[in-house]
Amino acid sequence: MSQVFSPSRRALLLGAAGILAAPGLSRAQAAPVKLGILQPVTGALAQDGEYGRLGAELAINEINSTGGIKALGGAQIQMVFGDARSTPEGGTAEVERMNSEGVVAVVGGFASPICLAASQAAARYDLPYIVDVGVADAIVTRGLRNTFRFSPGFGSVTRAALDNLATLNNNAGRPARTVVVVHEDGLFGSGMAQLMQRELPSRGFEVVETISHPTPARDMSNIALRIRSLNPDLIIPSSYYAEFVLLARTLQQRRIRPKGIYCVLNGAASNFRFVREFPDAANLVMDVNHWADPRKPKTAELRRAVEAQNRFWLYNTPINYSAVMLVADALERAGKADRTAVTEALTKTDGSFTRHIMPYGPTRFENGQNMAAQAVNTQVQNNDIKVIFPTDFADAQPVFPWPA
Amino acid sequence: MRSFPIEIVGEAVLNGLLTGAIYGLVALGLTLVYGVLHIINFAHGALLTLAMYGAFVAWHTFGLDPYLAILPLVPLFFALGYGVQRFIIGPASRGQDSNILLVTLGLSIIIENVMLAVFRSDTLSVQVDYAMEVVELGPMLLGYPRVVGFCVAFLVALLLFVLLTMTDTGRAIRAVAKERTGAALVGINVGHVYAVTFGIGAACLAVAACLLLPFFYVNPRVGNAFVLVAFTIVVLGGMGSVPGALLGGLFIGVVESLSGLYLGDSLGQLGIFLIFILVLLFRPTGLFGAKA
Repeated sequence: MSQVFSPSRRALLLGAAGILAAPGLSRAQAAPVKLGILQPVTGALAQDGEYGRLGAELAINEINSTGGIKALGGAQIQMVFGDARSTPEGGTAEVERMNSEGVVAVVGGFASPICLAASQAAARYDLPYIVDVGVADAIVTRGLRNTFRFSPGFGSVTRAALDNLATLNNNAGRPARTVVVVHEDGLFGSGMAQLMQRELPSRGFEVVETISHPTPARDMSNIALRIRSLNPDLIIPSSYYAEFVLLARTLQQRRIRPKGIYCVLNGAASNFRFVREFPDAANLVMDVNHWADPRKPKTAELRRAVEAQNRFWLYNTPINYSAVMLVADALERAGKADRTAVTEALTKTDGSFTRHIMPYGPTRFENGQNMAAQAVNTQVQNNDIKVIFPTDFADAQPVFPWPA
Repeated sequence: MRSFPIEIVGEAVLNGLLTGAIYGLVALGLTLVYGVLHIINFAHGALLTLAMYGAFVAWHTFGLDPYLAILPLVPLFFALGYGVQRFIIGPASRGQDSNILLVTLGLSIIIENVMLAVFRSDTLSVQVDYAMEVVELGPMLLGYPRVVGFCVAFLVALLLFVLLTMTDTGRAIRAVAKERTGAALVGINVGHVYAVTFGIGAACLAVAACLLLPFFYVNPRVGNAFVLVAFTIVVLGGMGSVPGALLGGLFIGVVESLSGLYLGDSLGQLGIFLIFILVLLFRPTGLFGAKA
């Protein structure tokens, strides 16, 4: 009898040893998963790119230090970084390189033109591409199966901006009626100005004038003078960082104080650099933009980590952090580091994906667009940027109209 | 076209004059170099950007007020301008004006890209207490830094006028400007005068940079915005004319301001370049220029 039991006992012991050793063995052996991170860290968009990269790095470090991708035996994520050099050509060149290095997905792009070109290049290799910021609606309407956008697009942001403005105004007893739109004369600013002119009247506002300016602009005194003579209730600017800062400072200097400044996708109004450098000019400026969910504890933790590095808290960081977490979630569900399987898993992402820190409802992708993504209204209050709308995510009450 | 109350138009004119004085200062350096060396200095914009970064670093790293930064930056930029002409542009040109054009263009590309590498493409600005202060003139509010800029620009122009008319160096500069060979024959070191002129041009930019920084920002391409205007001013005022540069600057400042007020800032630039073309068509020597 003992002879019968003996091998089986040995087998049992071997098996036990095998089970004990297996996780360690497979952790040591699990091949790292390569993930492409594409950001413009040189050229005109360098500042945004740096903050996007920071978010991706923080997410990857967190995943790796908490056991890697568990479905892949604790595989570590290895970042393959590419500099898009602020141009679409730079972006596609880096996607080609990332493909040859065998990445499982690409995250980033920042600007719409870069995202459009880079996701197209990735589509040729069935390489999943997760857009971080690029808002152009065309990004998700080309029928590319590999392209996903976790954040909201232009149409949804502007719709929310207009609806929220009307609600804000109605809740305050309709203090604002007349509007001056100040915009940069490129594609972004002019498009936004046309939209405002078309949509605002039906929401109870009168656009008394749209004033355009070139980028770069040397001087905003004339615009300030025109605004002073028009004396509007509300100013809606759509310009890039430097020009908006110049405008806000000039308005402050000329003691022009409307009932509110309401920005849409503004380069400066949701940027802590502006708040720190010009607190008086920035105070109470409102913006509709990407922003992290202030109610999630992880947001505060991440913000502390960023500020500990002496850097500003910009939306690029939480968006890229969340987009990398989305890929990690898809890898867990796919169970293999295979591009087609990851694409399939991304498509099926649902409310069980909770590792992101954006103020969105339960994730649901439709043609690559996260239908639950939304922009929020922020306002600079007491040297901080607070979310004032939608109320589900708000951490402050709006100050509107501005106190005289 | 919208009509504006008189105090709004008045303020726009005054704003134009204030800004125009600084344009004039930028144009002064350009016109001086043209008048003496007979070259268009394509590196003028890049040098202005460099000076603005100089003033930014003085403020950011050494805590020096931009106006006080004029004191170290002017000699520094004079030396830089002198050195660039004496040891780079002069030798590289081999006596051919067309070469000088290319050398200054090359220099501007190098300077801009070195600044891009060092400072990145971020837009930087200084924070000084007086940046947002205003000088009240009746109902009009004038930015304090612009008023200071206006006064200092005039002072610099006056000093330059004194230098050119009452000193030996000035006489030598004017002699070389008029007749290079003749000046060399009477013992004037032409190479030295060229370099001094280039140095003065660069020093003017250093002053302009320090005056601009309290109310403006700096990035690696910022100089180009000013230098296009400066070219127009130089053509309008007369190539090589010092009073022409200053008056041209004031005039262009007012044109820009008024057309900005009435047509909007995007089209406001149109006025400047319209003048550029009109002057070239009807008075190519400019308002104060001698016949070429």
